[in-house]
This record gives sequence, structure tokens and C-alpha cells, in this order.
Amino acid sequence: MIDNPRFANRSELIGILVLAVLLVVILPLCLDVFRLNLVAKYLTYAFVALGLVICWGYGGILSLGQGVFFGLGGYCMAMFLKLEASSPENTKIQSTPGIPDFMDWNQITQLPFFWKPFHSLSFTIAAVILVPAFFAFIIGAAMFKRRVGGTYFAIITQAVAAILTILIVGQQGYTGGINGMTDLRTLKGWDIRPDHAKVVLYFFEVACLFGCIFIAQFIRHSKLGRILVAMREKEDRVRFSGYSVANFKIFAFCIAAIFAAIGGAMFALNVGFMSPSFVGIVPSIEMVIYTAVGGRLSILGAIYGTLLVNFAKTSLSESFPELWLFGLGGLFIAVVLAFPNGLAGIWGDYIQPQLNRLMPSGKSGSGPKAGWHDSSVADGAPAE
Amino acid sequence: MFGEYSIGDLGSIFVMQGFAGLILFSVYVLMALGLAIIFGQMGVINMAHGEFMILGAYVTWMTSNFFQTYLPNLFSGYFFLAMILAFIASGALGMLVEWGLIRHLYRRPLDTLLATWGLSLILQQAYRSIFGAREVGVELPQWMLGSMHVTDNIEVPINGVFVMGLTVLITVAVAYIMYKSRWGRQVRAVVQNRVMAGAVGINTEKVDRYTFALGCGIAGVAGSAFTMIGSTGPTSGQLYIVDTFLVVVFGGAASLLGTIASAFSISQTQSTLEFFMSGSMAKVLTLLAVVGILMLRPQGLFALKVRK
Repeated sequence: MIDNPRFANRSELIGILVLAVLLVVILPLCLDVFRLNLVAKYLTYAFVALGLVICWGYGGILSLGQGVFFGLGGYCMAMFLKLEASSPENTKIQSTPGIPDFMDWNQITQLPFFWKPFHSLSFTIAAVILVPAFFAFIIGAAMFKRRVGGTYFAIITQAVAAILTILIVGQQGYTGGINGMTDLRTLKGWDIRPDHAKVVLYFFEVACLFGCIFIAQFIRHSKLGRILVAMREKEDRVRFSGYSVANFKIFAFCIAAIFAAIGGAMFALNVGFMSPSFVGIVPSIEMVIYTAVGGRLSILGAIYGTLLVNFAKTSLSESFPELWLFGLGGLFIAVVLAFPNGLAGIWGDYIQPQLNRLMPSGKSGSGPKAGWHDSSVADGAPAE
Repeated sequence: MFGEYSIGDLGSIFVMQGFAGLILFSVYVLMALGLAIIFGQMGVINMAHGEFMILGAYVTWMTSNFFQTYLPNLFSGYFFLAMILAFIASGALGMLVEWGLIRHLYRRPLDTLLATWGLSLILQQAYRSIFGAREVGVELPQWMLGSMHVTDNIEVPINGVFVMGLTVLITVAVAYIMYKSRWGRQVRAVVQNRVMAGAVGINTEKVDRYTFALGCGIAGVAGSAFTMIGSTGPTSGQLYIVDTFLVVVFGGAASLLGTIASAFSISQTQSTLEFFMSGSMAKVLTLLAVVGILMLRPQGLFALKVRK
């Protein structure tokens, strides 16, 4: 268990426990429902950041289009909720009752065919996971099989994000346009808007997040995770050793897409709406910075990074709206120039050694690979 | 789709839309030229390129205001001075950014992308604080207003013709610098083999810095030309950045001819489609086609063979 862990070594387990205590006990006790709902909103981005750790940190594939998958997942969920909110009784003042309000405003008189299956919750849940995975597979298969490099891939994913945003905004009658899908009310008859529902949804989300963390940990400690790292460092050597590099990359990209989509679905549930402003290029790049701040190699760091950046964003843009963009821009530059391993790097380089000195114990968990910190990434220095 | 138009009308439509496409083409080429130099020659992804362009636009706006207040007699010619100032301002900022930021990141291209994105956020907010959030438009001199009648149905705006002429001029100048001058030879040598170029006595760091500055300076001139056909706001640059990257990638990085060809095909497709469907669908279809072709042919239209 300790020497060759299948899932997590001792200090990683401690890290996960600390995070669990923070999210399950401390935050719900200290924050009122409004703030707790804000945390829930931030944590939806943590899913995306977690996916990026696998795909970017371990696989070396920088996707600037994670907003696409966040959006696809979110829109699938929002379509289900919206259909439930626009039952014929709720919408009897419309000229066509029983269809979502924005369709009515756009003179659409019949539910479009691709909306119909979203009456079913089980179909919706399947769609939340399968639709983004399918898109990620198509994009990944087309790009990686042709050995497209990292920068090209980043630009193409960015273009995909732009395309999807323009499409959603342009097709107002089918998607709700720039306003998105608002006024989501119930989930299978259970009202998602009052305070106690928000608390329940928060705990549900945290549970899902830990599920994703466990999957990520498993991937990282499996042989697959090692191949991903090897691929990032010397792609050609892995290829010459007989591995199909493209397939591993496609897998990492699909996992990241699925995580992002789950985050999007949680967003629709917790925040109660979904709009194209979470799909485009700007939010997609912002999601990358969460991972970068937390440490691109650190699974738990990504979650702390997301929470910290978003707390800073909320508090700064509440009091000094002008300063926020300067701060965010500066953060991008500082993380890249000075702290390529983010918070996890700072933890591993400065705090962990201090802790180890204070508590000298012969146990495992000390040493260079301890904690939720992993080896370095900067300047092409070989990791491991 | 074509039913309600006669053959003559359709011809005029295609000419007029084609001309609108040519103006879009000019903007794309001007922006993509700078980007092609920076991305194609140096491999650096400069997400702040749009903001360098907007800097040029604001410099032009300030020059125009200055001439209006202090030198109204010379107003008709302010644009030429403004263009030079825009080139110098953007180029100088580019040199500063290369020195302070980019040169530390040459080995990590993906990280340059994040850092320059941060830079673009800072520049946007700086423009907003200095010039205000509202879009500004420059006043055109008298001779640039109005349009030329070619036939009864076809007329072309003079400022559009001027911008196109400017584009041709700048493209020729860039082609000359890159392919005929001594400095351009050094740049190409560094691209093909950095270590060997250094070994034969080329100061590669200096070449990098001036290449980056040149690319940014051209973006400034692009911004200057941009004011002739549209207004400028703090976030205008961001609207074009993805399109421009697609233009460069689609053309095949490091190929000047490819950049021009891809800018031409993308802008013409988009403006022709725009007539038959909504603007957003035209854009979606164009971008989808570009992405689709890039998936089949990742090296772009014109690939340059470089030993890696």
C-alpha cells in the first residue's frame, strides 16, 4: 500500500482527508447559505480544473476549449430542467403552452426533435457524460492521430469554443441565445431553489467531486498515468516503445471533457441557469488558470486553486472592479514566470520541508515525492 | 435561395459582397501578417496581438484629435503620421514585452500563451481606465468619405479602397524585409536552425527581439487601418484574435503566401455566405469548414519543410 500504492500514498490520503473535512464540515458550518452556494458554484469549475490536471498536467495536452464541454454538460442538464419548468400548467399564458418560454418568444410552435429525449432524467444523465465524450473523441481522434502539436491543438480547441458560442447565441429559438436558459425550477418535482435544497445540492456536488478525485488518483497511480507522464516528456520514445500515443491522448482528453461536463451539469443544478458566457474562449482560458494556480501536476491543488482564484475574484470585483483584471492578468504572468508548479509547488518546496523538520518521523510520506506535490515541470527538465 | 434575383442582380451581389469580403480580407491580412511573423518565425503564441492592434488604433485616434485641435489645415494628411506613430508605439511596447516576458519562455510555447493572455487582460483594463469603456471612432478626412460608382448597381467606398491599397503596400514591404533584406535572411536562418545561426555569428537574441517588435509594429499599423472602417473599444482586439490565429494556422505557419491565400479564402467565404444567411451562421459555417480542413490537413495550405 505504501511502496507501490494502487490509489494513494499515505500523505495523499491525509491531503484528501483534509480537503474532505474542509468541504464537508468546516465550510458548511462557517458560511451562510448564500456563501455556501457561491462555494458550490466555484466547485463546479474545480471539476474542469481536475480534468485539466489529467489532460494538461500529466498528458501535456493544453486544451483551451474546456468551456465547450462544461457548456455541453450544463446545457444537457439545463434542457432537462427547463422542460420540467415549462410544463403546460406553468406556461399556459404562452401562445404554445408546454414549450420553453424562449422558444415561444421566437415563434417556434413545436418542440424541436433534439429536445424531446430530454424529458427523461436517465437519458439526460447519460447525455451529460456521453455527448461531451463523443465530441472530445472526434476532436481528439482527428487531431492526435495526425500528430498535431500542442500549440495547434490549443488554437483549434479555442476555435471550437468560439464556434459553439456563436452557434448558441445565434440560434436563439433553440438555445435561449445570449441569455441562456434561465428560470430552472424543479428536479423531478423537487424544488431546487430554496435554501435547504441548495445545501443538499452542495453535499451532492462534493460527493461527485470526491468521486472524480478518486478516479483521477487512480489514473495517476496506474500504469496509464505513468505512460501519460512519459508521453509528455518524450513522446517519440513512448511511440518507439510500441505504445499508441494517440489513443492515450484521446483517453486523457475524453476524461477531462467528462469531468468538465459533470461540472457543467452541477453548475446548472446549483446556480439555476446556464448561458453561453460559460462556454466561450474567455471562461475556457480562465479555467486553465485555476489549474495553473493550484499546480498543474496536483490533483488536490487544482481544487484549492479554483477556490482561491474565485474567492479573490468575487471579493476583488465586489470592492475594486477595476483592479480585478489587472490582478488576474498579473496572476497569469506570475504563475507562468515564477511558479510554474503553482501552489502545490510552493507547498512542496517550502512548507513541506519545514513541516518535515518540525515533525521528524521515519514514516513514509516525507521525502521528495511527498504530499500532493509532484516533480517539477519547468524548462523542460525531465520529471521523475 | 437564388429564385428572386435576376442574373444581373446576382452578379452585382457577388461583386458587392466580394468587395465587403476584400475589406475583411485586408483586416485579416494586416493582423495575420504580424502574427505570422511572430508565430510562424518564432513559434510564440501571442494572445495579446489584438491589444497591440488596438494600441495602434488608439494612437491614431489621439493623433486625429491632436490634428483637429492644433493643426486643422493639415488634417487631411494626419493619417500618414498616425500610421508611423502607431508602428513605433506598438513596436516599442512589443520590444519591452519581449525583453520582460517572452524571452524567458521560448522553451515553453504553451506557457507563453497563458502569459500573453494575462498581458492582454492587463492591457485591456489599462485601455479601459485611460480611454474609457466606450468605443471611439476617428473622424475621416474629407477625401476618404463617399464612394465610387463603378456601374449602376455597384459602388465601392473610398476608405475601403484606401485600406486595401495600404494592405498591399504593407504586404509587399514585409515580403521585401523577410525575403530580400539582410536582416530577413538572419531571421530565416534563426528559424531554420537556431544553434547554427548562433554559431555563425548571428545574435539570435537580438533577432528575436526585433522580429517580435516588427510583428507588433505591423499589428499597430493594422489597428491604424482598422480605425478607417470601424470604431475602437478596449475589447475590439479580442474579437479578431481567434479568427486571425485560424488564418495563420490555416495558411500554414511560416508561409507568407499561405497566410494571404487563407485570409482571402476565409474572408470571401464568410462575406458571401453572410448574404444568404444570418451573420452568425455564416461565421459558424466558415469556422467549421476551416477547423474541418485543418483536422484533415494539420500543416495548413502551404507547408514549409523545416528540419526539426
